[in-house]
Amino acid sequence: MNSLLLIFIPFAGALLAAAWPSDRTRPWLLPIVGLAHTVIVLCLMVSPQAVDPASWIAFDPLARAVLPAVSILFLCCAVYGVYYLRLRPERPNRVFVSMLLTVLGLLSAGHQSRHLGLLWMSTEAVTLASVPLIHFNGTPRAFEATWKYLLVGGTGIALSLLGSFCLGYASLRGGGSGDLTFTALMSQGSRLSQPWVLTAWVLLLIGYGTKMGLAPMHTWKPDTYGEAPGIVGAMLAGGVTTVAFTAILRVHAVLVASGNGLIADRTLIGLGLLSMFVAALFLLGTRDFKRMLAYSSVEQMGVLSIGAGLGGAGLWAALFHVWSNSLTKGSLFLSAGNIRRAAGARTTDEVSGMSTLTPRSALLFVTGMFAITACPPFGPFFSELLIVRTGFASGHAVASGLFLGCLFLAFIGLTRLVFAIVDGRPRAESRAAGKRFPETAGMILPSVVLLALSLWLGLFTPEILRHAWSAAVSQLFPSS
Amino acid sequence: MNETLNLLVGMAMGLNLLALGSGRLPTLIRTVALQGMTLGIMPLLIEPRFEWPVVLVSFATVVGKGWIIPSLLRRAMRTANIDREIEPFIGFVPSLLLGAGGTIAAVALSRALPLLPEHAGSMLVPGALASVLTGFVLLIGRTKAISQVCGYLILENGIYLFGLLLIQATPLLVDAGILLDVTVGVFVIGIIVDRIQRAFDSLDTRKLTVLRE
Repeated sequence: MNSLLLIFIPFAGALLAAAWPSDRTRPWLLPIVGLAHTVIVLCLMVSPQAVDPASWIAFDPLARAVLPAVSILFLCCAVYGVYYLRLRPERPNRVFVSMLLTVLGLLSAGHQSRHLGLLWMSTEAVTLASVPLIHFNGTPRAFEATWKYLLVGGTGIALSLLGSFCLGYASLRGGGSGDLTFTALMSQGSRLSQPWVLTAWVLLLIGYGTKMGLAPMHTWKPDTYGEAPGIVGAMLAGGVTTVAFTAILRVHAVLVASGNGLIADRTLIGLGLLSMFVAALFLLGTRDFKRMLAYSSVEQMGVLSIGAGLGGAGLWAALFHVWSNSLTKGSLFLSAGNIRRAAGARTTDEVSGMSTLTPRSALLFVTGMFAITACPPFGPFFSELLIVRTGFASGHAVASGLFLGCLFLAFIGLTRLVFAIVDGRPRAESRAAGKRFPETAGMILPSVVLLALSLWLGLFTPEILRHAWSAAVSQLFPSS
Repeated sequence: MNETLNLLVGMAMGLNLLALGSGRLPTLIRTVALQGMTLGIMPLLIEPRFEWPVVLVSFATVVGKGWIIPSLLRRAMRTANIDREIEPFIGFVPSLLLGAGGTIAAVALSRALPLLPEHAGSMLVPGALASVLTGFVLLIGRTKAISQVCGYLILENGIYLFGLLLIQATPLLVDAGILLDVTVGVFVIGIIVDRIQRAFDSLDTRKLTVLRE
């Protein structure tokens, strides 16, 4: 099975969607392409193939460890998308459907990129392709959010290009050929020019950190997630951020190989803790439940970053957390979208009592909230527990303590807001809007499936995934 | 060859200061276009032999940065029918001082970074850093969406200057892809600028304040 199909099938689907005449039937292309993508990814995961070290693009162990999660998330979002777009007959969906498919293709390209330049191009293209998705609602607020997304994201991604060039120059200055494949950079190791490697690390961390949404580069996230439709939020939080995370992981591996592992680890842990702390503070203050999801995502990115900074075992836990975060966050975004539509508003000032208006979505939302705040027995509990244990075992007691403190603050913030939305008596305006958007199976099941997968991941982490994560760790740290 | 190149880099650095000091949008757009064209010629000077791919990238850069992108911006400016005066957050004199200080800092900073023997004496690194800083000042210090886009372009130009150090090492495919990305990026920005104009009846980004904590 050729891994390039993962890129070309979505692109072909996008072209087909652009040419498809009917707005009513076009959304079905989403689950069809999504299903094909998931089937291919799972086949590739079950029977991994040897990777040519010099190849620019390949389904290597790191892609194998992360891309299936993105694919499953996309499939669930795609099914939801069919029913979501049916509720929005007034807006043409040609651009939306084809761009969503393009994003899937580019995400597959980004996860499989083993060349710094190619990785940059895919990330930049994902940023641009998701622009029409964010302003799908066409409100002034949506355009404001899109502008901030473009400006902050564009600047960040530009800095990561500068960082990529610096890393290339580090190779040239160190007597190498300037080959930007990660394999070549890692094999050059300590012969890379040190000042340039460190400059590159700062720039790449800021650049891809912006895309990931680490504090203090997270400012685009609340606006974008708040204004974009639920499925777009789910794909951004569970798909686009993971590409940026794997980019940071690949660069981090180069840093470790060049002998700067300690500095890189410390910066990752520091930024991760800052992200968790900032997110926890905002979670305690915000009154908008879609923005709440954005801050929660900033927090999860902090968790990933800390995991990656803890070395081999921490990295394994971080890859586990990529899965649990993508699946749980996806479920939360979809159920939050249902609640938002039925309530007609997003803040605790205007919304309450949603458990009577949208009982199923409210139940999913509450369950998802407990899952993402690391309550057992869902996936995030086990992955975060593993990160904390690794932290204490590797002598990062203070960092682990702060990690737990931030998780606790975030838990208080999230429960406060979620129960304010769900409990109480519904507002009169919401009662009218709720009647227009009944809860259909197509809007509930994708969220249920994602949550069930998160539960399954926590209780019975499949052996094949454990192997995939271990293989990815040994790809990134070949010596250990 | 190196002297001519340094002359062009110096010119690009001068254009940075001109961009910081210009008070009218058409002037700013023209400055950015001129800088883009200056950058476009440079690959021809660096690559000693005549090679088709280099000529092609050079030509595409001159056309893209010098003509396509500026005309997109001019069209956005015309359809939006906006006031041509630039209203700065950071005044023109402070911006110029920041730019000049940034240029000096860039020269000082690039001393700390080791260069290959063949790049010794080249102004590419300070030029790149100075342009990146100028881009940031414009991004932060201007209120109109189009002047922010110009800031973004100058930032990109800085990165392009740095990329020239690697032109012999990285395959041109990468350069071409990057150029394409930037052009599409500005195109997308142009569309959004148009939509913001329709939604807010203004391109003043100070009015984009609904979303905040």
